[in-house]
Amino acid sequence: MVRRLLGRLGLWLLVAAIVVFAVFPFYYAIVTSFRSGSELFTVAYLPDRLDFDNYAAVFRNQPFGRNILNSIAVAAVVVALSLFLGFTAAYALGRIRFRGRSPLLLACLAVSMFPHVAVLSGLFELIRTLGLYNTLPGLVLANLVLTLPFTVWMLTTFMRELPRELEEAALVDGATPWVILWRIFLPMMAPAAVTTGLLAFVVAWNEFLFALTFTLSNEMRTVPVAIALMSGATGYELPWGNIMAASVVVTVPIVLLVLVFQRRIVAGLTAGAVKG
Amino acid sequence: MRPVIRLLSGILLFLTGVSCARAAEVAIACSALGREFEICKQGAETWAGRSGNTVRFVSTPNSATERLALYQQLLSAGSADVDVFQIDAIWPGVLGAHFIDLGPRMGNAPADHFPAIVENNTVEGRLVAMPWFVDAGLLYFREDLLRRYDRPIPQTWADLTETARIIQEGERKAGDADFWGYVWQGKAYEGLTCNAIEWVAAHGGGGIVDQSGTITIDNARAERALTTAAGWVDAISPPGVLNYEEEEARGVFQSGNAAFMRNWPYAWALAQGADSPVKGKVGVAPLPKGGPEGRHAGALGGQQLAVSKYSRVPEAAADLVRFLTGPEEQKRRAIVGSFNPTIRTLFQDPEVVRAAPFIGELFDVFANAVPRPATVTGEDYNKVSSAFFNAVHSVLSGRAQAAQALATLDRDLKRIKRRGWPQ
Amino acid sequence: MSGPGRPEVRSAWLLLAPMLVVLALVAGWPLLRTVWFGFTDARLGGAGSFVGFDNYLANYDGEWFGVLADRLWWQSVRNTLWFTVVSVSIETVLGMVVALVLDAAFRGRGLVRAVILIPWAIPTVVSARMWNWMLHDQFGILNDALLRLGLISSPIAWTADPDTALWAVVIVDVWKTTPFMALLILAGLQMLPREIFEAARIDGAGPLTVFFRVTLPLIRQVVMVAMIFRALDALRVFDLIYVLTANSAATMSMSVYARLQLIDFQEAGIGSAAATLIFVVVSVLTVLYIALGRVRLGERPW
Repeated sequence: MVRRLLGRLGLWLLVAAIVVFAVFPFYYAIVTSFRSGSELFTVAYLPDRLDFDNYAAVFRNQPFGRNILNSIAVAAVVVALSLFLGFTAAYALGRIRFRGRSPLLLACLAVSMFPHVAVLSGLFELIRTLGLYNTLPGLVLANLVLTLPFTVWMLTTFMRELPRELEEAALVDGATPWVILWRIFLPMMAPAAVTTGLLAFVVAWNEFLFALTFTLSNEMRTVPVAIALMSGATGYELPWGNIMAASVVVTVPIVLLVLVFQRRIVAGLTAGAVKG
Repeated sequence: MRPVIRLLSGILLFLTGVSCARAAEVAIACSALGREFEICKQGAETWAGRSGNTVRFVSTPNSATERLALYQQLLSAGSADVDVFQIDAIWPGVLGAHFIDLGPRMGNAPADHFPAIVENNTVEGRLVAMPWFVDAGLLYFREDLLRRYDRPIPQTWADLTETARIIQEGERKAGDADFWGYVWQGKAYEGLTCNAIEWVAAHGGGGIVDQSGTITIDNARAERALTTAAGWVDAISPPGVLNYEEEEARGVFQSGNAAFMRNWPYAWALAQGADSPVKGKVGVAPLPKGGPEGRHAGALGGQQLAVSKYSRVPEAAADLVRFLTGPEEQKRRAIVGSFNPTIRTLFQDPEVVRAAPFIGELFDVFANAVPRPATVTGEDYNKVSSAFFNAVHSVLSGRAQAAQALATLDRDLKRIKRRGWPQ
Repeated sequence: MSGPGRPEVRSAWLLLAPMLVVLALVAGWPLLRTVWFGFTDARLGGAGSFVGFDNYLANYDGEWFGVLADRLWWQSVRNTLWFTVVSVSIETVLGMVVALVLDAAFRGRGLVRAVILIPWAIPTVVSARMWNWMLHDQFGILNDALLRLGLISSPIAWTADPDTALWAVVIVDVWKTTPFMALLILAGLQMLPREIFEAARIDGAGPLTVFFRVTLPLIRQVVMVAMIFRALDALRVFDLIYVLTANSAATMSMSVYARLQLIDFQEAGIGSAAATLIFVVVSVLTVLYIALGRVRLGERPW
């Protein structure tokens, strides 16, 4: 009994430590977002007052609501495409035996081995050739370079962890791979797909260099670019309060997203035997 | 015959779309979003209203390196999406090949500006950008503390070192343990090049590369300048200064924790702001001389306007540049936004002086400012600057002696130059 | 079992085709272009002409030029490798701990899961600047907190001293990307059949034994693959180092070097050569890792 209690206590201490470690900088961002001017150069552990000036300024100076929508749209489409393409590819790579799987997986990985800045010029040309400059589809295309290798690999790895018996019965019944993929694997893969999708979403959400280079008008900018465009009275002054307010605002959709999807992270095989 | 020619040329003009009579849309990239952008917008819209053209605004990142990356991508692709670019004082050499020659389009206007800036913006005899506003390194000091410790405004770096030490000791004894004598920009970035070129020039050690392109940095005066500066770190300057940019330095000074600061003119309005703990206690002066034989030297900064050679409306774009850099607009910007004009006569303009009382003192600082060797080294400037600030940083952080670092730097610069600077 | 003509294989290629087409379209051209530029003397805007391996290594008048002859390049390789090994190791261990905690049942678990993702969710450009502010030696909250707690006697200049600067970068990177590892490992844990743990517990195995004997082997593949992607990102680290210490040679990473050449120096040729070298370094390391770590690729998974 005592051991159990101690274990419980230890768990709670760990949870607390993890939460503090993860959240403190964000908390500090919230505190900072209520401050302005010379206050920013002093340390405060608690907000001195609730001053929403910085928040108002973020939305006043630029179409920030639009920027958030752009980011959501781009990231959502990128995730949907990546998951769809990644899922079909992962089934082939993870469940079907054929020659050339290793080279394919490695080739896929190779795309993630160049620094972003090195592919910038080539992508720029590609996007202009396709007539997608300063459009959101252009950004979707560029972001696929970042998310696709990751999704394919993660889903392939997870797919392999599932037991062989899963599709054997179906194959005997004469089901096509397509049916097996969507009817049998998709539900089983829910935790993996949701996790991979969430992580890919954030990658696309945070992408800066491509979004800066491939868009030009404020209405097409995404959130990270919009934040980088903020300035104070002069170019030298860093509008610290505004930047922090904007960061707080843009973190909220992500947290909501995780809250909505987190149940799905714990599903799959254990869906029947719910624990906790 | 003649009507036929007129007709033909009319058709030609129509086809090539350079007809002057038609209203043009000019796209200008002038700054990040904020007050500076608003002021730029007001000016450009005034021009649009008068000329019947329209203006489209492209906002660009606040950080200079990100902005440069964006410009390069647009220009190297030959994009006509932006016609007028706001560029930094060190970019004429880097980007000049992509801009049109404004010389023939500006008439006599360039003669009204500071000659050093016009020269800085002239690449191979082509005026690639018009000066818009000027910046230079300044010494900020605490008037109240100088009075309390009965010290004059430092005229030489040795004076400053001594005064900073005295005030720092005194303030610390008085209980302010976090007090420092002098803060500046020591991070390994372009700002350190500005700081260090000021020290070197103040000691009479030249400007890294001279006007003829000769590398001059490996000299005894430069060595003395760097040794002096290295002596500040952890003595009168916090060790963290080695990673300060402008805002980090301002943070320390404006919180009342430093006696002196090197910064650009922008810090003035903020240090004197209503919520500033040092409001009313701050003064500005030219940066100190290296010694009796040295000179006051502030690094030349500021922004210029250039017209892309890929622009479809170069004449309208050049006209916008002429208006924005002209006396009327520079005066307005000086009054509403404290942007320091580049037109010399505006420094005596009563309205400008009323809006910025210390602008008269700034005139000499701007007139004597040291340009970084950006124009003479052309596209290689960033390599020169990067080698320079990394060498200086290694001296400041005590990983190298000044003499040895300068000798290595000299070798590196010669490697970069090889057979000559790119033009 | 059967030859390449069997219907299963055909459907495999059909399933793979969309992904391969998209990847080839989006990544193929930019990557080949970069490799090609590495062999030319292109500068910004110009196409340049073929110069062989000059951008990598060339000898003119008895002096060596090119990326491989650049001290800065080798320094950046050293920095990057050190950074990758240290940060990925810490992140993996911490990520494992966090994942195990989140796998346990307690009230408010959903909220905690959402909350630990916050560091990963803030754009790097912003979080790097935020940390820069928090790490400021004079008005940073970290020094202030440590001083108040009596852990240090005078402020530490975290990012100014080359010795601590790389550690500062590691701290921020660990903060930012541990959630990534944790969530992936958690997903791996969630996909395990629960009966295995029941069986182990009935056998009387302690929690540590269960972890090392049962859990770890089962999630090993997931952890190994998650580490690949962490390492790929760490080997190309840019934003964090750039914001925290700018172009300082003492902390320069390979990507910062490539960016310096490509953007600041406008050396499209040399910068592309550096990018290609990064590719070579990263791919050699990855293949080594896959081989030594016995990460499953093509062999039959069951």
